[in-house]
Amino acid sequence: MTSLLRRPELGAFAAFILTYIFFAIVTQGAGFVSVNGTAGWLNLAAELGIVAIPVGMLMISGEFDLSIGSTVGAASMVVAIATSFYGMPIWPAIGLALLIGALIGLANGMAVVRTNLPSFIVTLATNFIVIGATMGFSRLIANVTSSSIVSSDTAHAVFAARWGQANISILWWLGAAIVGGWVLSKTTFGNWVYATGGNMQAARGAGVPVERVKIILFIATGVAAAFVGVLQGVQWNSGNSTYGQGYVFQAPIVVVIGGVLLGGGYGSVAGIFLGTALFGVISTGIFYTGWNTDWIQLFLGALLALAVLANNYVRRFALTARR
Amino acid sequence: MERRQPILELQHISKSFAGTRALDDVSLEVRPGEILCLLGDNGAGKSTLIKVMSGYHEPSSGSIRLEGEEIAFASPREARQRGIATVHQDVGSIPLMSVGRNFFLGAEPTKGVGPFRWFDEAKANEIALEQIARFGITRISDGNQLVGTMSGGERQVLAIGRAMYFGAKVLILDEPTSALGVKEASVVLRFMRQARAEGVAIVFITHNARHAMAVGDAFAVLIHGKVAARFSRGEKTREEVLNLMAGGEQMSELEEDLENIH
Repeated sequence: MTSLLRRPELGAFAAFILTYIFFAIVTQGAGFVSVNGTAGWLNLAAELGIVAIPVGMLMISGEFDLSIGSTVGAASMVVAIATSFYGMPIWPAIGLALLIGALIGLANGMAVVRTNLPSFIVTLATNFIVIGATMGFSRLIANVTSSSIVSSDTAHAVFAARWGQANISILWWLGAAIVGGWVLSKTTFGNWVYATGGNMQAARGAGVPVERVKIILFIATGVAAAFVGVLQGVQWNSGNSTYGQGYVFQAPIVVVIGGVLLGGGYGSVAGIFLGTALFGVISTGIFYTGWNTDWIQLFLGALLALAVLANNYVRRFALTARR
Repeated sequence: MERRQPILELQHISKSFAGTRALDDVSLEVRPGEILCLLGDNGAGKSTLIKVMSGYHEPSSGSIRLEGEEIAFASPREARQRGIATVHQDVGSIPLMSVGRNFFLGAEPTKGVGPFRWFDEAKANEIALEQIARFGITRISDGNQLVGTMSGGERQVLAIGRAMYFGAKVLILDEPTSALGVKEASVVLRFMRQARAEGVAIVFITHNARHAMAVGDAFAVLIHGKVAARFSRGEKTREEVLNLMAGGEQMSELEEDLENIH
């Protein structure tokens, strides 16, 4: 029981259950708990969740990535311009978009590791650079900042299939959670991620290649963001430079709500998953209550403040000696 | 009793940083099953000496011999691979990670094949607990317990036990007792005796003469980067050692002050 209380995802789990019950009661009869309502909040959570998992792992290693937002838009525009302007088939275009995501991540990682500057600032700069470059080059090449995508049946099946109201992105989210969770909690690399965020000097002293760990995680966030860009592009049949801007702060918010310590070293993929699910429940739940959706921001802000306080407490609790 | 051949020897080691001499013609040696106490005040050059011995710094002049063979460490990693382990005062454990995960950090046991290899946590926990229990830490019975819940002395034992498990022949302990209370310090000192009995050579860096006298076989006092005195167990009284550490000056008052502190 006490070991359960020490789990980093406990707070997110409790908050998720309480919030879900709250909206289930308040929206009674409006269909929030129906299959379609459930698909609704899962859809909303899924795309954010795919990015939030690597972002959370990166935060556990002690670094931020705020450039993910622009990478989503950039990837969708790469696919759009490559397929509709250059006539490239969709799959190579998708490969190119993912490669660009990886390169953005690599650039972030190298910059942070080489300069030792706070990644918060470095990736905030990258976020502006990437969206600016996406818009600038899009206009230069095709004279647009958003463009349609020429898709294919296979690409549609992989990125935009739907069952009823449920998008295939939910499956991708689950897949990302399973892979991320396994890597973080079961592999040597996962051990290194915790160690890098927990005490970088000690990790380095024990022979952990902390720079490589960080760069790999930055690449993972870049690829995940590009993946979501592709997902959204194919789903909506268009690319847009501004896709994903909401994720810049939503991703770290759900990560922290999921129990990851802001300073790194502690957290879990299960927690990040629940934090994202909670975000989905709040965002769609409010819609079902019929209240103004402006309240979502207030809810999220309050939840974030609470989570930061709770995480601090959980951390202290985890460190109290057992008798 | 015949003394064994030195395992680690420093011969006429000097080290300068931008013209400042941190170490000046230092010669020392440590033998298997022996505790060499390196005494000195802050700024005496102890940290520089540790860094030279553990491969962080290359000496400006002089030579290092490991098991009789002259050697130049390219990196701390190489020194570690050759069996020289340094455990620093802050121990370098990670409070929010478990005992088992800390113990095997950087050398994790795995199961499975190829890309589907995973960290064998059960094995890691089992060995870690076994190793610390061997050195008297039996209070911890769950390898998943976070290291942050352990006391300072227990963490030192975990870190040193870890170094020994991974084959350390020379243990360089940097102020392992100075941040600890009396009881905790005695846990670490007892542990050092046991490590010595197992044939490990220990370099014990401290500014606490009492702790040094409790376990030391050989002593060296470092002042301004020079070896000011070398002696063996029983050759000097604690007062004499304290005088040496203080630079042989302002004796009596200082002595009284120190008596009150220690």
